[in-house]
Amino acid sequence: MNRELGETRQTIQGARDEIGLIGVNHKIAPVELREPLSLKHINKEPLSILSKVDGVREIMFLSTCNRAEILFTSPCIKETLPVLRSRWCNEAKVEPNETMDSFYEYINDEAVRHLFLVASSLDSMIVGEPQILGQLKDAYKQASSEKYTGIILNRLLHKAFSVAKRVRTETKIASQAVSISYAAVELAKKIFGDLHDKAAMLIGAGEMAELSARYLIDNKIKRLIVVNRTLERAVELARELGGEARGLDEIEDALIEADIVISSTGAPNLVLTKDGVRRSMRPRRHRLLFMIDIAVPRDIDPDVNNIENVYLYDIDDLKGVVDENLKERTKEAKKAERMVEEEVIKFSLWLNTLDILPIIQLIQKKGEAIRQKEMERSRKKLSGLTDTQLKAIDVLTLSIVQKILNDPIVCLRKNCLDEDLKSVLVDAASMLFNLEQGPTSSECHS
Amino acid sequence: MGSLYNMDRFLFAISFIIYGVSSVGFFINMLTMRKDAKEWALRAIIAATFFHGASIILRAVKGGYAPFVGLEETLSFMAFCLACLYVFLELRYELKSIGCFVCPIILIAMTGAYIVPSSVSPLPPALQSLWLPVHASICLMSYAVFALAFSISLMYILQERQIKTKRLGGLFKRLPSLDALDAINERCLKIGFPLLTVGIITGSIWAEEAWGRYWGWDPKETWSLITWLWYAAILHQRLTVGWRGRRAAIMTIIGFLTLIFTFLGVNFLLHGEHSYASTIG
Repeated sequence: MNRELGETRQTIQGARDEIGLIGVNHKIAPVELREPLSLKHINKEPLSILSKVDGVREIMFLSTCNRAEILFTSPCIKETLPVLRSRWCNEAKVEPNETMDSFYEYINDEAVRHLFLVASSLDSMIVGEPQILGQLKDAYKQASSEKYTGIILNRLLHKAFSVAKRVRTETKIASQAVSISYAAVELAKKIFGDLHDKAAMLIGAGEMAELSARYLIDNKIKRLIVVNRTLERAVELARELGGEARGLDEIEDALIEADIVISSTGAPNLVLTKDGVRRSMRPRRHRLLFMIDIAVPRDIDPDVNNIENVYLYDIDDLKGVVDENLKERTKEAKKAERMVEEEVIKFSLWLNTLDILPIIQLIQKKGEAIRQKEMERSRKKLSGLTDTQLKAIDVLTLSIVQKILNDPIVCLRKNCLDEDLKSVLVDAASMLFNLEQGPTSSECHS
Repeated sequence: MGSLYNMDRFLFAISFIIYGVSSVGFFINMLTMRKDAKEWALRAIIAATFFHGASIILRAVKGGYAPFVGLEETLSFMAFCLACLYVFLELRYELKSIGCFVCPIILIAMTGAYIVPSSVSPLPPALQSLWLPVHASICLMSYAVFALAFSISLMYILQERQIKTKRLGGLFKRLPSLDALDAINERCLKIGFPLLTVGIITGSIWAEEAWGRYWGWDPKETWSLITWLWYAAILHQRLTVGWRGRRAAIMTIIGFLTLIFTFLGVNFLLHGEHSYASTIG
């Protein structure tokens, strides 16, 4: 009922659905919050629950190791957003009020911008890492196959994919993430020479860690040990990569066997302390140990680098190895952000044309209705004509109607970018064509 | 004999020059990373070892004794052993830039051998024994092995510093991996230490024959013992607790400095019955 009312109002008024985005990511939310919000533990499809929230029209749900986000459209975004968030928290069994600060909420242009940044991997823990785009595509596929997305999200997501592609091909952002894993492997080779008899340990299951692990596997390391807070995820990833899984409490034992350690947990405090690593050195028989800490905040005590035969590199160190030229790097990021900005503007232009779509449709509908009515009225007089002649008349009337309506429609389309002019034109059009008049308020009453 | 005398000096000079050419080649290889420079340097050093070997043989023929007596001869033989070792290592492992670190040592030893006045004089009776060539050659071989270990350790320290401080300069690309350097260091120790041990034992047997006592706490002997104990400590730590890496490299460097002192310093600074370098020559 409510929705129908909203639709009529929208068709007349030109008020369209707005885009909203709520989420948590690695920058502000700890893993303890991100993990339940990914809704992996509930049996039902998250979208089937979330889409039932009042006001939600189109919806999509993205969850990766580093983020969980809901993208949706609603005619009354300001009301829908908090309801959706509390529903999400309820499902995740997270206290909504206490975790308020860990969420970000974006509306319209901001939501579009955020999505584009995510898709182009500019919001990733490792800027430029390639996996996020695939994860976003999967999330979209999931939502669109169940018809949870409509005209706005379909267009938005396709745009996001093309922005990501543009950023990837036109800036050096993407090659950076790949080259960081490459640099890690190069360093490992400078420490160990041949990697074929070496064991690597992966702590946590972040995107970048996985990428580096794959690089190491490509370089034929002997074994891979995957350690994770939840053993389930460790087992899953270990199976995927062909390694062995261990729990977080076995980490110091695993350290004795490992030569290369890649850590990327979302833990708020240290996973490996200096004492822990030092203790392992004796049973390791002082074998060289190469540690890579990708996590923010750090997993491994930076002081570990001072232990004899231990070499600890964090993500900035690796970036430094890849490219000593910091200016070049920020230049590429600026370039990518500028591209995203351009695309956000383009998309908001398209969204504005959506506003006048209903009135254009009404005008067309009215024209077609008049035509049909007049055709019906003349049917008897035309009964002597052949089918081809009838068809010719049909085409003729249709094109007359279209030609007459063409200029007004073009005028509406052209001027829809100017908010004031648009509303004047929409009002004028509905008066001139005597279109059905509705309430002028676009407020939501839920 | 005159022509032979000239011949061995001549061959020695030729090999000296070729070692120099080879060093230049290795440095060009290191600076420009050009592979052909290294190939030519390697060929040159192989050629040099042939000339050098021939000169040593001629020298032995001329003098009628194993040429490990005077300082000139010992330095020359040590340089020869080091060159052979290096060629073997290079052909076997193909590691980057080692030539740049080994060749200077060869050149220093060769320069020493060249400067020191050369003469073939009859052996003093004390030195006339079959144990002489055995003792001297084995000791010199162990010195060569430890000289190689020294260069390798130096490379290790340089490479390790770069990786530890995360300042990966041009040297980083040009030096071999830490593990490879450490493995060679270990191998050198495992070969050099038994050689040194045998060298000291044969020396004491020779001492018994010459002076009627196995061990006399002569400065040379004392310092040999110190050197031996030092290397024994490195080997022990490596085999029992697995000491390796930077610490092992530093200890190897100190060990070689002790060795040089035993080999040369004792002769110049302290006096004892072993003082062939300053008195005989």
